[in-house]
Amino acid sequence: MKSILTDRQLAITIERLSHQLIENHLDFSNTVIIGLQPRGIYLSDRIYHNLQQLLPGTDIPYGKMDITFYRDDYKSGKGLQVPNETDIDFSIDNKRVILIDDVLYTGRTIRSAMDALVDFGRPAAVELLVLIDRRFSRELPIQPDYTGRTIDAIITERVKVLWKDRDGKDEVVLIA
Amino acid sequence: MHLRMSLSVKHLLGIRELTRQDIELIFTTADQFKEVLQRPIKKVPTLRDTTIVNVFFENSTRTRISFELAEKRLGADVVNFSASGSSVSKGETLIDTVNNILSMKVDMVVMRHSATGAPHFLSKHINVPIVNAGDGINEHPTQALLDAFSIRERLGSVEGKKIAICGDIMHSRVALSNIYCLKKLGAEVTVVGPPTLIPKHIAQALDVNVSYNIREALEWADVANVLRIQLERQNMPLFSSLREYSLAYGVNRKLLDSLKKDIVIMHPGPINRGVELSSDVADSGQSIILDQVENGVATRMAVLYLLGRNEKEPATAK
Repeated sequence: MKSILTDRQLAITIERLSHQLIENHLDFSNTVIIGLQPRGIYLSDRIYHNLQQLLPGTDIPYGKMDITFYRDDYKSGKGLQVPNETDIDFSIDNKRVILIDDVLYTGRTIRSAMDALVDFGRPAAVELLVLIDRRFSRELPIQPDYTGRTIDAIITERVKVLWKDRDGKDEVVLIA
Repeated sequence: MHLRMSLSVKHLLGIRELTRQDIELIFTTADQFKEVLQRPIKKVPTLRDTTIVNVFFENSTRTRISFELAEKRLGADVVNFSASGSSVSKGETLIDTVNNILSMKVDMVVMRHSATGAPHFLSKHINVPIVNAGDGINEHPTQALLDAFSIRERLGSVEGKKIAICGDIMHSRVALSNIYCLKKLGAEVTVVGPPTLIPKHIAQALDVNVSYNIREALEWADVANVLRIQLERQNMPLFSSLREYSLAYGVNRKLLDSLKKDIVIMHPGPINRGVELSSDVADSGQSIILDQVENGVATRMAVLYLLGRNEKEPATAK
């Protein structure tokens, strides 16, 4: 098991990602944030929290989306998952949507997420923010707009993002 | 979350065959489908490569529309079959009828039949998932699931709640499925009705309380699930008249107002207004009858979603 980001590096990375978002979205007047269930929401919670501190008084719409029903591996039985809560209580019509997930791997989750997203309305633009980009493992033409760390991992390796609220510590590790 | 991720059964024949974990998995899944049904686009593509046939050998409005909506909102292709006007009247057997439909590459069967055990019998002869939409006087599992789901929604949980099932217990598949479902979820159940409409030995066989007094039962209950008097299934007179039944066992405003608390009123439909349930109760804030109907779609979506996922083999006749 190899450490990719320590808790301190993870905090700095999330801080940087938050600033990059502000750089592009300024006052977030037309921007919404959507974290992807189940693991992306730990990252989106942190980023949302950070943005609120950096932009006091700004009310940024923040939702969570589950994409289980949009997966392309339903019949193969590999994607056996209990669906998680979706909570988007605002309109995404003509909004700039920032999708947030922890690890970008094959791109299939994001493909499903974009399908799910358009069922909620027609966004003006959709951007993707990920903590870890496994750049050589893509199966679909999907790239992130904001990346915490790009890594080159082979298929047999697994990237795990650990969160204090869930796993007891903040760390990103590579499991061989 | 350490929930099981798939059902322990391949078919939904009855609640009897389900575990508590199965029921809870169906509910957790239905919660998410309920949210889907609030979206601008109330449809997901999950079952887009699945074809489902609804085989109805008995009349139905609610259940059939509810299943069809559930199927369509999961993206499935839907074919409907009703016995009247089909080759059944020419003498075709059940297995032949269903096998003929399946040979046209259908992946799942939803069936209602007037014969008890028809779906159980069919499940031994075909290898696609079967959902029982009501078989004779045996079970109506999806109704029980949506009933318990609606209780859970209104009262927070089913565990420990007191449910009175009122009326024609003898001829009701809704009653039997409800008893199994509620008991498995840890509720207490009382069946109440005239002695002629309550099966002997039901207390011992199904571990329920029996009452012949509607007021007593409702005083005790948190929820009253009022059943329809099924005149079509009664082949001998079991009470003297509908009017007398209504006077002795009908749930009306006066009766409810005389109780010390507000209980939740349910009815599986179709209501005989003025017989088992009066209009001022059916349409009141205590009634969750329309919530039951709404929850029916989400619950059935969950069942179809979970059963469709278990399918491994192609749909062919054995």
